Amino acid sequence: MTVTLPALLSQLLLGLVNGSFYAMLSLGLAVIFGLLGVINFAHGALFMMGAVIAWMGATYWSINYWVMLLLAPLLVGAFGIVIERLLLRRIYRLDPLYGLLLTLGLTLLIEGAFRSAYGVSGLGYDTPELLEGATSVGFMMLPNYRAWVVAVSVAVCLATWFLIEKTRLGAYLRAGTENPRLVEAFGINVPLMVMLTYGFGVALAAFAGVLAAPVIQVTPLMGQNLIIVVFAVVVIGGMGSIMGSVLTGLGLGVIEGLTKVFYPEASSTVVFLIMVVVLLVRPAGLFGKEA
Amino acid sequence: MKKLAPVAYGLLLLALLAAPFLGAYPVFVMKLLCFALFAAAFNLLLGYTGLLSFGHAAFFGGSAYAAGYAMKAWGATPEIGLLLGTAVGALLGMGFGLLAIRRQGIYFAMITLALAQMVFFAAVQAPFTGGEDGLQGVPRGRLFGLIDLSNDLTMYYLVVAVVVAAFALIARSVHSPFGQVLKGIKENEPRAVSLGYDTHRFKLLAFVLSAALSGLAGALKTLVLGFATLSDVHWTASGGVILMTLVGGMGTLSGPLVGSAVVVLLENKLGEIGAGIASFTGLAWFNTLGESVTMVTGLIFVICVLAFRRGVMGEAQALATRWMRGGR
Repeated sequence: MTVTLPALLSQLLLGLVNGSFYAMLSLGLAVIFGLLGVINFAHGALFMMGAVIAWMGATYWSINYWVMLLLAPLLVGAFGIVIERLLLRRIYRLDPLYGLLLTLGLTLLIEGAFRSAYGVSGLGYDTPELLEGATSVGFMMLPNYRAWVVAVSVAVCLATWFLIEKTRLGAYLRAGTENPRLVEAFGINVPLMVMLTYGFGVALAAFAGVLAAPVIQVTPLMGQNLIIVVFAVVVIGGMGSIMGSVLTGLGLGVIEGLTKVFYPEASSTVVFLIMVVVLLVRPAGLFGKEA
Repeated sequence: MKKLAPVAYGLLLLALLAAPFLGAYPVFVMKLLCFALFAAAFNLLLGYTGLLSFGHAAFFGGSAYAAGYAMKAWGATPEIGLLLGTAVGALLGMGFGLLAIRRQGIYFAMITLALAQMVFFAAVQAPFTGGEDGLQGVPRGRLFGLIDLSNDLTMYYLVVAVVVAAFALIARSVHSPFGQVLKGIKENEPRAVSLGYDTHRFKLLAFVLSAALSGLAGALKTLVLGFATLSDVHWTASGGVILMTLVGGMGTLSGPLVGSAVVVLLENKLGEIGAGIASFTGLAWFNTLGESVTMVTGLIFVICVLAFRRGVMGEAQALATRWMRGGR
């Protein structure tokens, strides 16, 4: 089997693109889980919502990509806040498993609604004009849009890391994760913080969805398989550290891309296989703290 | 309550035995029974051990394929198919269990889901599963090489016998000392550890038992309907069995039976229910209800989690207890 260098590099880049989505989604999951104690199964559905809203904007109201990149996360974030206020807030006292079941129900509702509106076939979404084409970087042609996805995702992840680890707001957030009642006693509005955190987490998912719209086929079911891979990513990385989720996400994307080159049959399962190995060797996850 | 239960189960069994003569469509009741067994096996884990597996579709669907392949390609007799299905379920359960038990709570659910997704992709890619079409036209064959099962009525009584036996096994396990330890683990695992129980072994055993019986249910389903498809191994099947258990009442013996009946009826008859509501209320929109099974399922999930966590049988038991206290 011969693998040409350009083919290898282009799969590597595609792997990084997927890895960026894994990173942003697992980051959102980790932040939400930290503060709410809820594993947001609906994350994949909200990712899909971001992409489909971008498509709707382009198709019905001819709103361009750049506006949707901002607007779709805001809309989905607002939707998330409504979910948090009306539904999630009622189950914080219960076993975390109920959070998973509730968000599973929400996933079925959201995906079912979009499926009855748009079916299961792909909705075409064009790459924005500004980022069409490719740039030659000497040894390969670098597709502009893919490079943009990776760059902006890494930037967003780093900004999130900075926000949580280095700012005062982030300090409140981390304190709220450790001991919400004590933080509340210091006069910080924890329920508001929880609400905004959920909104922020799902907005991140929607942002990834808009970024994905030109590279992954937009369909109402596009988040379904993705969320399961992201769960495996979270198990591998552990939800303890932000940098951990980001690195694990990107790394697994790259590994998946390489598997596509060398052994395509295993490309859909390689992340799960890695999860098995990690569970055997280091059950707490690569960056995990708890047992 | 305690005295009432045997009477209720006796009546249910009588109804099952008489059902084909009372106008029930045997194939539908058989399908229902397969899912009832699946849900009861799942409840052994969720309701009695407190472990939420999100990967039971792998055992159900994996065994459905294994049994179907053995009967179709090797011409295995039905009892061999069922045994093989159970064994495949148990083996898969062993593998899943050994890995997933290393983590707890929410991680346990995510790991089982991811492992089951591997089985799903295996079923998509493997040469013997028939890919998107699934395994079609599995013959029912002759039980022990003697009894022809192509007759729906014969098949029906075999299914009733198998499901009742498996359900009796579950009931026995739950009430045995083993079942008591499982409940202890569910309530307070550290305490069970401090009492000297090897909780990992108990959890693994419960997991394997649950997976084996789910496998039996899957193999039985293939035998009855004659096919195994990707929807049997898809994660939505795992979601479905969670819903059945939740609706019926986790941790109650009879809950999964009620829950599976509700969910299977809903999935099969939602179109008719919708048409009924439409003619009753005059709202044409309800005619399209049959196409939105996913949404209705999601809605039931949300309602159950928010307001109906004890499920039908859990609520019934609570009501009965209150009523008996009031009567005294």
